[in-house]
Amino acid sequence: MAGIQVRGLHKHYGDLHVLRGIDLTVDRGESVILLGANGCGKSTLLRCLNGLTSYEQGRITMAGQSLETLSRRQLRRLRCNIGVVFQQFNLVQNISVLQNVLYGALGRQRFGLLNTWSCIASASLRQQAMAALERVGLAEKAAMECRQLSGGQQQRVAIARTLMQDADILIADEPVASLDPRAGREIMDLLMDVASERRITVICTLHQLELVEAYGDRIVGMKAGTIVLDQPRVQASSHAIQRLYRGEVRVDQAPSLLAS
Amino acid sequence: MSSEPVRHLPPRLRMPSPFVWGITLAFLAFLIQGIMATDLTLERLLRGAVNLTHFIGRAFPPNFSDMDVLARSLLETLNIAVVGVTIGVILSVPFALLASRNTAPAIWVRTLARLAIATMRTIPDLIWALIFVVAVGLGPLAGVFAIMMDTIGFAARFFSERIEEVHPGPSEALTATGAGRLSVIGGAIMPETLASMTATSLYSVEKALRSAVTLGLVGAGGIGVELAAAMRLFNYDRALAIILLILVVVIAFEQLSSQIRKRVI
Repeated sequence: MAGIQVRGLHKHYGDLHVLRGIDLTVDRGESVILLGANGCGKSTLLRCLNGLTSYEQGRITMAGQSLETLSRRQLRRLRCNIGVVFQQFNLVQNISVLQNVLYGALGRQRFGLLNTWSCIASASLRQQAMAALERVGLAEKAAMECRQLSGGQQQRVAIARTLMQDADILIADEPVASLDPRAGREIMDLLMDVASERRITVICTLHQLELVEAYGDRIVGMKAGTIVLDQPRVQASSHAIQRLYRGEVRVDQAPSLLAS
Repeated sequence: MSSEPVRHLPPRLRMPSPFVWGITLAFLAFLIQGIMATDLTLERLLRGAVNLTHFIGRAFPPNFSDMDVLARSLLETLNIAVVGVTIGVILSVPFALLASRNTAPAIWVRTLARLAIATMRTIPDLIWALIFVVAVGLGPLAGVFAIMMDTIGFAARFFSERIEEVHPGPSEALTATGAGRLSVIGGAIMPETLASMTATSLYSVEKALRSAVTLGLVGAGGIGVELAAAMRLFNYDRALAIILLILVVVIAFEQLSSQIRKRVI
């Protein structure tokens, strides 16, 4: 069964036709690297996958559940199963690292925050969060405030948060775009290791082409709201990847008559 | 044939637009009418100065007898301020959440909450006190209610502005973990706004203390009752003692509060 299945997806922001018929299948346990220039619709696609953004047309099936038929409560339950790593880490800055990891359990705990607030959370939950922090190598920072950490460390905390979620699917929207090359590689290594350990389905957008050569099973390229490249990583030529960034790549460009 | 570009030095003064002329003339007319209506004449000003020296002469030395009565009513003023502001600040949080773009459950709720907050802010505290004196009778309870309304009008607005400034990323991340609305508000939005809310709350306490002093003038309890009585009975020495007492307490409290605020931020 497919982890992620998208069929004929269309999405408008007002008059702007952002997603123009996306078809994409990611098998369970497979990791897909999504490429494309700024403004080609990658982020919008990712936001559609867990219902953070609505879409007008098409079908999305995540872990066997089709998004269109879910009630709000069911959507929340599905989101528990989808971890998200953001470019800007999106941690709550002025609370502890451990608390941010505990937030990963917000969705599955009854009464949400009342059972995940660090001072009243159950001992086993706190142990679980600590184990997640150990996995990303930040156990000794558990008591610190997030703003005291470097960017790479913050992204590790965000990964620990998705580990806490114990998700089957991981969506990563440019997880290393705000990091220096070395920290970026470390984060990508961690992300992919964690994914293969737990057989997590991954869809990850990237910008650094040198990373593309090293990570993921498959490469999917987007250009102006459509998928134009879909190949196993070892087969994808750098020429084909370069082409993703040339010509009319954005969805908000006026169609030019000169385009070849 | 090269024509030299014409240089225009901008004039020193520019003719104001008709709109500015109109506003200025209307304001001047209103000002002159006001001066005439309030009977502001040199003779009255001089007489006022004489009366003032007379008052000061009779007020010195301040009469600090009956200190136990004054101390008790001063304590009552503090009670009104602290109780009113505490309830007010606590109630401000839900009002602010309902009135903020990123936390309101629906647009009409937000509009309604903002309207309620604006009403509480627009009506001055003395008028709230008058209303509550009618509702619950003379005494400190009316003062507590008046301070509470005034605090909500002030604090809920600032809370809500801060809530709307919160970076949307963390809230989105928590939503993406499948958290419910209240968990997102409590987990991502409240922690980021807490420091600023504490500062606003402390400022509310200062503000409440100043209003609580005057609330007694309309019978809503506290030291103001004593002050009004002393003035009405021409006990100016006692009135001066009360004013000095108020000054000391308010300044001391502001100092304390600003010290705490510095630590918080």
